Amino acid sequence: MMRLELVKRPQRSMLFSALSPFIAFVLTIIAGAILFALLGVNPVKAFQIYFLEPVSQVWQLHELAIKAAPLILIGVGLSVCYRANIWNIGAEGQFILGGIVGSSIPVLFPQFEGPLVLPLMLLFGMVGGAAYAAIPALLKARFNTNEILTSLMLVYVAQLFLDWLVRGPWRDPKGFNFPQTIQFNDSAILPELMPASGRANWGFVFALVAAVLVWILMSRMLKGFEVRVLGSSPRAGRFAGFGINRMVFFAFMLSGALAGLAGISEVSGAIGQLQPVISPGYGFAAIIVAFLGRLNPLGIVAAGLVLALTYLGGEAVQSALGISDKVARVFQGMLLFFVLGCDTLIHYRIRLIGLATPTLEAAPKLEEAR
Amino acid sequence: MDITVNILLTIATAATPLLIAAIGELVVERSGVLNLGVEGMMIMGAVGGFGAGYLTGSPWIGLLAAIALGAVFSLLFAVMTLSLATNQVATGLSLTLLGLGLSGMMGTSFVGQPGARLPNLDIPGLTAIPVIGRLLFGQDPIFYISIALTVAVMWFLFKTRTGLTLRSIGDSHTSAHALGIKVIRYRYLAVIFGGACAGLAGGHLSLVYTPQWVENMTAGRGWIALALVVFASWRPWRVLAGAYIFGAVWIGQLHAQAFGIPVPSQLLSSLPYLATIVVLVLISRNKRLTMMNTPASLGQPFVPDR
Repeated sequence: MMRLELVKRPQRSMLFSALSPFIAFVLTIIAGAILFALLGVNPVKAFQIYFLEPVSQVWQLHELAIKAAPLILIGVGLSVCYRANIWNIGAEGQFILGGIVGSSIPVLFPQFEGPLVLPLMLLFGMVGGAAYAAIPALLKARFNTNEILTSLMLVYVAQLFLDWLVRGPWRDPKGFNFPQTIQFNDSAILPELMPASGRANWGFVFALVAAVLVWILMSRMLKGFEVRVLGSSPRAGRFAGFGINRMVFFAFMLSGALAGLAGISEVSGAIGQLQPVISPGYGFAAIIVAFLGRLNPLGIVAAGLVLALTYLGGEAVQSALGISDKVARVFQGMLLFFVLGCDTLIHYRIRLIGLATPTLEAAPKLEEAR
Repeated sequence: MDITVNILLTIATAATPLLIAAIGELVVERSGVLNLGVEGMMIMGAVGGFGAGYLTGSPWIGLLAAIALGAVFSLLFAVMTLSLATNQVATGLSLTLLGLGLSGMMGTSFVGQPGARLPNLDIPGLTAIPVIGRLLFGQDPIFYISIALTVAVMWFLFKTRTGLTLRSIGDSHTSAHALGIKVIRYRYLAVIFGGACAGLAGGHLSLVYTPQWVENMTAGRGWIALALVVFASWRPWRVLAGAYIFGAVWIGQLHAQAFGIPVPSQLLSSLPYLATIVVLVLISRNKRLTMMNTPASLGQPFVPDR
């Protein structure tokens, strides 16, 4: 019978702070190898298909950027929330509302063209996401309601609302009854970055810009300091005159706006119309991205690319080996588990204790034997 | 009369998984641990219960498998949050994400297969009594388990010494530890009990409610169970009442859809989720009362010093 004991470190370990995402990644690979072996697939071959083949050609790197963009945008926003100890887990719903509100322009005014269309759509998307995120913020600030549960419930509501729109009032009348809106006109499509080599669009640039801006906000500005103080010690924050309710609104609406921007970028860039499902769970995967990136905007860029690779790898093993692409979500879940576990090493030393503690008792006997 | 009985029976069937999952989580939260992985443990129970029932042909083995899988899955959460002192919110979330992914992968070959259904109780003579016969003696076995479980948890928490100890840990783990109570051991057992309950609730979905495997078939019920615990201010009998109110909402919207009420079906489908939000707002509005009822050390990591 073994037991774990945690011993508090005098200060946080810089070494493990830097290493823990990598240790977590290695542990995920090991657990993944066991998983593949259980499924009767040679792990080496599976990993080659999962992690290497999806990024072996230039056009595939474009696909990686397309998948990473929403993850980074949402993850960066969520990191601000989680730093402030505010638990927005409804980014999936804010993503959908951003997509819907942004799409209202090309769907309702298909004749409206020109250079103004796209900026307006992006703005609408951000407003839509922020407004939807303001609901749980308002309920928390005004009625003390648990934001975890309300923000999550609103995800289901958003999914059903989108479903109703594309099957009902917004359905393309000439679309043979398919549940989708009209194809957006050209000026409502987010342009590709380098059309010669692949499909990647401006969404990825938005993600990088957002990451840098939020990094500046968090590390160089008073607001970022406020976020961190209120997150680690709400009492100290109150003494400093920082308002907790204002912070709830700020964190929710910032992350909602970024999720909304991700939503409209995805619809306008990668899809080109609204359909019943516009996200393969980006809003939830971004929670993993935020933690894997250590709640640091620049770390989140790297983490977003890793998670994007798990999506592409899932598709690759599905087509090459016939394994369900759900394997991607298993990998993502395991990754978050191991990241959280490894984070313990930053604050604690782990000692393994057996029921008998041989080292202490063996020492005097050694003396006698001599 | 027959219609009323039928509606009451369907409400009970819809309420049972919510009740079981919420009662389990109530015990966990009374011990001071917040496990947001209910949805994940529930879906694991659903896929495990369906799979074992389908492969062996016996829904009873399916039932046991559902309980076991939920418990084993919760152990993962226990090791992380109790032995490694990780953040409970984040760990619970990752348990849910992992459960949804893992169940989807495990269930790929079960999609569209006919499952085994647990038979309803049928006592000769008693079940045939008009009106009350079927309500009292003709339901599925898990319904009776859910009621027994609620009564047992009520008795355990408020009438036994162990229950008192568990509640004291939830209110102050440092004081409990100072009194020599094995905080971590109690919490391990509470979390595993919660996992077994969530697994059983999932098993009810795939062995009674709709005896088949559909991906994401829990449809947020695990989260509603979590909300029910808050709604009930951590009291078992209020969980029972809340579960039946939500069961009624769930069934009500299904009936409304079937009757073809001129309201979009999506709006009706979103009623249980909207109702959850409304209920949470109503119950949390009084800040002082909420603070008084919430286990004081809920969600805080505990590392015993020596």
